[in-house]
Amino acid sequence: MKVGIVRFPGSNCDEDALHAVVDFLGETAVMLWHKDHDLHGADVVILPGGFSYGDYLRAGAIARFSPIMQEVAAHAAHGGPVIGICNGFQIACEAGLLPGALLRNAGSYVSMPVIIRTERTDTSFTGASSVGQLLRMPIAHGEGRFTADEATLDQLEANGQIVFRYVDAHGNATPESNPNGAMRNIAGVTNVGRNVVGLMPHPERAMDRALGSQDGVVLFESLLVAANV
Amino acid sequence: MTRFRVAVQIIPRRGLLDPQGKTVRDALVTLGFGSVSDVHVGRHMVVETDAKDAPAAEASVRAMCERLLANPVTEDFTIAGVVAA
Repeated sequence: MKVGIVRFPGSNCDEDALHAVVDFLGETAVMLWHKDHDLHGADVVILPGGFSYGDYLRAGAIARFSPIMQEVAAHAAHGGPVIGICNGFQIACEAGLLPGALLRNAGSYVSMPVIIRTERTDTSFTGASSVGQLLRMPIAHGEGRFTADEATLDQLEANGQIVFRYVDAHGNATPESNPNGAMRNIAGVTNVGRNVVGLMPHPERAMDRALGSQDGVVLFESLLVAANV
Repeated sequence: MTRFRVAVQIIPRRGLLDPQGKTVRDALVTLGFGSVSDVHVGRHMVVETDAKDAPAAEASVRAMCERLLANPVTEDFTIAGVVAA
């Protein structure tokens, strides 16, 4: 499997994603510059975290105009796996690859470990996980409050497009376990085709026991299932 | 063609939690402005654009808001003014 990791001006989790794919998964990765016009043979694309284009206008709003995003959108349209993490999730929403939007947190900027619950395993990033599995990994964002209108939220529920929810240690989606005020405790969603997945938590920072959690491994392993190579 | 200066106000959609606005409101109340019930923090943009007349300039900026300047999921916008530049 070859993973393409997009590097925008202001990306800062690209090296972590590379480390996760190459050193922990043992797969091949290629860095994709935002001005590139092709995916260099990548089977999977990761949009990493950071502050692409300085978060000008709105987080993720400008990145969608970069040349590489035209290729990423085409890849997604053909069913290719695309994973948006943190700022990558914001970019995917702004680009229309995923529903909803990510607004300023109900509280302030948060940087802490959270627990998320896998809701669906029929997506490109959860095929190796199990429904109800609790995963501990860090979040670090100021604008991660998932928001959509009620009709859209109901539709996402009905279609099974809610992939992760913030939960407590018992697996319950409580207000206290919701770090940013996300509607219905939503931490991650997928598109109708289930090949594009976005989430605010950082699985690439939960690969190494030395960093406190290896719960991100199962999500990266899911890419092998999705890539089918 | 004439150059116009079109002002746009973009604010968080009513009914959505606006933590920034709430924080500013709380600060104003702390300063003694106890009559303040709500604050909404948005963005004010001025777009300079060429158009054949003012309505055309406004229509053009309205399209820009719908496609980029405002997020259709979470924000509302109003054209605050159109003047010849």
